Amino acid sequence: MDLSTELRRLLPREAVIADPASLSVYECDALSAYRQPPKVVVLPRTAEEVRAILRLCHRLRVPVVARGAGTGLSGGALPHAEGVLLSLTRLNRILSIDPANRTATVEPGVRNIQIACTIGGNVAENSGGVHCLKYGLTLNNLLALTVMTIEGERLELGSQTLDAPGYDLLALMTGSEGLLGIVTSVTVELLPRPQAAQVLLAAFKRVEDAGNGVAAVIAAGIIPAGLEMMDRLAIEAAEDFVHAGYPLDAEAILLCEIDGHPAEIEAELPRVAEVLKAQGATEVRVARDESERQRFWTGRKAAFPALGRIAPDYYCMDGTIPRRHLGAVLARIGALSQEFGLAVANVFHAGDGNLHPLILYDANAPGQLERAEAFGGKILEVCVEAGGTITGEHGVGVEKLNQMCVQFTAEELEQFHAVKRAFDPDGLLNPGKAIPTLRRCAEFGALHVHAGKLPFPELERF
Amino acid sequence: MLAPETLEEITAAVKAANRYGEPLRIFGSDSKAFYGRGVVGTPLSLRNLSGVIAYEPTELVVTVRAGTRIGDLEALLASKSQMLACEPPHLGNDATIGGMIGTGLAGPRRPYAGGVRDSVLGIRCIVAAGSLLRFGGQVMKNVAGFDISRLMVGTLGTLGIIVEASLKVLPRPRAEITLCQEVQAARAIELMNAWARKPLPLSAAAYDGVAVYARLTGSAASVASACAEIGGHEADSRFWEDLREQRLSYFLDGRPVWRVSAPPAAAPLALAGEWFFDWGGAHRWLKSEADPEDIKHAAVGCGGHAVLFRGGDQEGEPFPRPPPALLSVYQRIKKAFDPNGILNPGRLLPEL
Repeated sequence: MDLSTELRRLLPREAVIADPASLSVYECDALSAYRQPPKVVVLPRTAEEVRAILRLCHRLRVPVVARGAGTGLSGGALPHAEGVLLSLTRLNRILSIDPANRTATVEPGVRNIQIACTIGGNVAENSGGVHCLKYGLTLNNLLALTVMTIEGERLELGSQTLDAPGYDLLALMTGSEGLLGIVTSVTVELLPRPQAAQVLLAAFKRVEDAGNGVAAVIAAGIIPAGLEMMDRLAIEAAEDFVHAGYPLDAEAILLCEIDGHPAEIEAELPRVAEVLKAQGATEVRVARDESERQRFWTGRKAAFPALGRIAPDYYCMDGTIPRRHLGAVLARIGALSQEFGLAVANVFHAGDGNLHPLILYDANAPGQLERAEAFGGKILEVCVEAGGTITGEHGVGVEKLNQMCVQFTAEELEQFHAVKRAFDPDGLLNPGKAIPTLRRCAEFGALHVHAGKLPFPELERF
Repeated sequence: MLAPETLEEITAAVKAANRYGEPLRIFGSDSKAFYGRGVVGTPLSLRNLSGVIAYEPTELVVTVRAGTRIGDLEALLASKSQMLACEPPHLGNDATIGGMIGTGLAGPRRPYAGGVRDSVLGIRCIVAAGSLLRFGGQVMKNVAGFDISRLMVGTLGTLGIIVEASLKVLPRPRAEITLCQEVQAARAIELMNAWARKPLPLSAAAYDGVAVYARLTGSAASVASACAEIGGHEADSRFWEDLREQRLSYFLDGRPVWRVSAPPAAAPLALAGEWFFDWGGAHRWLKSEADPEDIKHAAVGCGGHAVLFRGGDQEGEPFPRPPPALLSVYQRIKKAFDPNGILNPGRLLPEL
């Protein structure tokens, strides 16, 4: 009996997709440079159906790739040619909300309201966003997960309280990119909304000054609810697209949001302004009212689509570096942009040093995609040299496997593989993603040595 | 006893122990030796592997060797108006950062600023094979590879010897006040949860059996406004340190002390003994000679769990027994780091 026939015995007819035209819908996530239709797509509605699918795949030794909304940027949900694509979008119920204990338990397919991605996707990637400097990443806001192992065993990780006994598998599972288990429910902590929020825009003549401004704000003991930076190309594109009121003569702008008690905001904003002026801000504007505040943020949030209007394609990178190296690393990215002959725009979470260089290219122009990928790979290596990491929030997926070889030693990668085997000895869950094989690294390393000098000799190596 | 000063010495000791399958009892200063089951093995203390490796206040990150005393690190951070957000209990003058991570114990600020795990950005550790591995890093956001640095928190040295850690730090608040009011236990639970549902600058909430205490922390303006909302009278703010260090009279008798983790709004449990609530009700001390099984059962019944923290039968099972499927995963993870079972065997559970 073939795979889809077996699956149809477990699931309603419409929950198993095997015809080529429908399969092609699932052939990629938001990293569309990588495409591969799966053998079959399943759309379970319950945790029990997920368990049955996993047991079958385990018995037949069939690879399983989990997918939420498919908004991932690193190819983590790229299907396996011989495998099952396990779509969790129909597990989309809010199971309970407990106002007294300030928790909510939801299924993984529930969508995050602000953006299109699912909660399950957030857990798989340990996602951040603009507010994580103050409020933390996904992990910092999670209490519990229900996980199905590849063998179909149900594990309750974490607890409904603030700590859980035993090994912290909640932490291990979060950000594991679907390699260790399939999440079927998520309990998050709920926070009271801040009473008020206000945003300030500061313009700089030099990108380095803006970078130093970020470090200076933190040094002053201020933890903004958001601290975002855009460079000239991003400012121009956003302004042209949504008319956010950004200054067009600036090389960089910072958006700094302070939230909390109104009196606290009133006291903090002038301090932020003063600190940024001392770092060379040529103009500091506090949003006059809520509509201007929204407009300032609209520009930031529209930056990616705005850049999509000025180039046929863009490739979004995701390295994180220590904040004090922002200026130097941005200068280095500028130099690489010249070298590769591709423009780059920077729009990013400056407060936590999480860069999002957007490499602009044209996939229809011969060789440009390859050049964009090579440029991107270089940027990530620069991040590692600066004491940072190749991915702050988008995950490794298939995209950054080579750069994992730069960030980790063979022994560290082997330890990751040992952890993977502890959950999935046959390597059926999302095979080939997130952790490169040592063989792949050896091949990449050989290439790498040929490429020559370290990009950042003056920086201490972490 | 081994008390190495260099990574090379630790590596050599671990390799030898692993080769001969001889267990190591890994610790810092033994300030929390009472916590968890006893370990029979060659004592290996990290206390001489100490010192700050890097501290960049503008990065909100500090990197220290595992044997660094918590007190020394806190003094350094205070000199730059910063602090460890998780407010770890020392429970001894020489308590180390390695011990803080190994036990994963956090203080009164936990519900409002995160626990030990939330403070850890990266670690370097030596696993049983003797290799020195680095996981995580020094930046706030890092999702490359499995999150083994945070997995290490609370493992009581059973997966690896932590030799270095990078920790997130926070600015010290500019204003702080402690308020208290006398109420019954059930009312204390209600109040602490009502406060937590509002956007108040709360940084601790506890109930000592007589009065409920709240610590407000932030800017002068927000603290003043929250004081008016919470009410009660001002109390000595040293209360929190005495609570964290278990110097309050509550902790000073010989009865077994249980640490009951509960959903914060759960009604007080009907168990014989004396209660003390911390973490806004999510963490409840119980001083009791009741049957351990009754205590564990009641804690699970309200959606939590109970750990025998100090005293009683530590050689039994002070920590809850995981369900079989979970225990099997724990055992496979233990094997992935320590196949011969030489790293603090049995401290957390007999099987690990």
